[in-house]
Amino acid sequence: MLLVLARRVGNMVPTLAAVIALIFVLFSVIPGSFMSGLGDDGRTMDPAVMERMRKEMGLDDPLPERFLKYAGATLVGDLGTSFRTREPVTKLIAGRLWPSLKLTMAAMLVAIAIGIPLGFVAALRPGSMIDTASMVGAVSGLSLPKFWLGLLLMYLFALQLKWLPSFGYGDGGLTHLILPAVALGVSPLALLARTTRAAVLDVLNADFVRTARSKGMSERRVVTWHVMRNALVLVITTVGLQFGSLMGQAVVVEKLFSWPGLGSLLVDSVFQRDIPAVQGCILVFVLFFLVINTLVDLAYVAIDPRIRYG
Amino acid sequence: MRLGANTWVGGGLFAVALAVAVTAPWIALTDPVMDANLLNAELPPSWEFPFGTDAQGRDIYSRVVWGARISLTVGVVSQIANSIIGVSLGLSAGYWGGWWDDFVNGLTNVMLAIPSLIFALAIMAILGPGLVSLLIALGLTNWSYSCRIARAQALSLKSQGYVQAARILGYGPLRIMFTQLLPNMLGPIIVIATLGMGGTILAEAALSFLGLGIRPPFPSWGSMLSDARDHIAAAPWISIFPGLAIFLTVLGLNLLGDGLRDILDPQSTTRRA
Repeated sequence: MLLVLARRVGNMVPTLAAVIALIFVLFSVIPGSFMSGLGDDGRTMDPAVMERMRKEMGLDDPLPERFLKYAGATLVGDLGTSFRTREPVTKLIAGRLWPSLKLTMAAMLVAIAIGIPLGFVAALRPGSMIDTASMVGAVSGLSLPKFWLGLLLMYLFALQLKWLPSFGYGDGGLTHLILPAVALGVSPLALLARTTRAAVLDVLNADFVRTARSKGMSERRVVTWHVMRNALVLVITTVGLQFGSLMGQAVVVEKLFSWPGLGSLLVDSVFQRDIPAVQGCILVFVLFFLVINTLVDLAYVAIDPRIRYG
Repeated sequence: MRLGANTWVGGGLFAVALAVAVTAPWIALTDPVMDANLLNAELPPSWEFPFGTDAQGRDIYSRVVWGARISLTVGVVSQIANSIIGVSLGLSAGYWGGWWDDFVNGLTNVMLAIPSLIFALAIMAILGPGLVSLLIALGLTNWSYSCRIARAQALSLKSQGYVQAARILGYGPLRIMFTQLLPNMLGPIIVIATLGMGGTILAEAALSFLGLGIRPPFPSWGSMLSDARDHIAAAPWISIFPGLAIFLTVLGLNLLGDGLRDILDPQSTTRRA
């Protein structure tokens, strides 16, 4: 198990290094720098002040030097100083991390709790009403823009029925979390229902299921004993991939519900041309994706003894 | 070979969206940008304004009709770019193998690790809002699935008898890739492209909703929705119709993609039992 973990973490390194390089290259060629952004507002700045600020932020150093500085600092966990608030970016991010995680996990919970049973039931009765209905529902769920669904939920449950608050973080309680979590959770829910159905159908046709049936095992035991466990591997892959990218996808939902997560920080920082903060947010999204995928790989080994990573 | 219900419904929805986009100048009732009239602000749907009017008194129906042009242009053009990039990389990586394959694999892993909406958002931040930026941002960031499929197909097809025959006949690698391998993997690639087009349309709407895509006042479905939140209590129709247009167009593409998969890609496990 430790060896597997070491290998997986080792595999992350080149991807992460490439992402860091990519983020740096993208934003070092950005035409409108933070400085010209200030000038755009029509405010005139003293050229001497501008010169001093450029120097302080190291914007005039040659590119390779800036890259080495950036990569070196990133490696030791220093994401730079926000252009706007003059605070360390890590501090800005730390304040947003928990709301983001909470929203992502709640959405995933919604998706798992409804999507997997739905796909399972659909697969056990292929072609039935419940199968057709859940698969039409799933393809619709995949086609809904998250922020539109959020708007509709907001209108119905907050403004018309007045059951839930329409936006904001509140005191961090459950009531503020429900609507954004549902809006974010619907597309992974739909995907999970489809994947579970396909995985279960696949397993139902496998030889060992036929063997189990022919030796007289009850249908109930076949399903719980053989089918569920074997379908789990494919389902977990989907859970992992969805969970890993969900934090990034939350941007629009966070913006709609004024949720104080990383997505809101990213969008606000983009508008304010706060490049260190933008780079930092993207890096956190990527790290989250890679960590979740590593965990999923470890889960395979725990679930399915046939899978071995040497 | 029977076309399933999803192919018909999906193809129909997408055909309607295309027809609306093409005929926008003739079927729109008013100019989507210029005909603002504050006296007509926030009117509910009526004979004069079928979808109602927005906060500036513009006819939402006409704006939705014109918005179809943006969504479909972005969807079609950027998905074609994604398919070309993905298939060229995947096909050559699968056929040649070696260091090129390793490089393409690494690149795909990097692309998969950055959520594509975030990547597109970063590119929009650099290029600034606008149609051309959108085409670039969405056309460069969603090719990893096409690439994976093309690579897997090339790997399994290259040992087939007809490919070896072509090699013995002295066909060059490029000729083999384009005349022997590509035609035999078109099915799955078309399926991925159809589903991917729905994804890029959703991404365009999301970016425009965030204010990074098409800039107001020009109508894009996403940017129409970003104004809608502030008026949702008094005028919910401002939110309903542009969102419905996105939903139905993407639903059409997803159904069409599923239907085509049933026909073109019989090994797929998501087919109906």
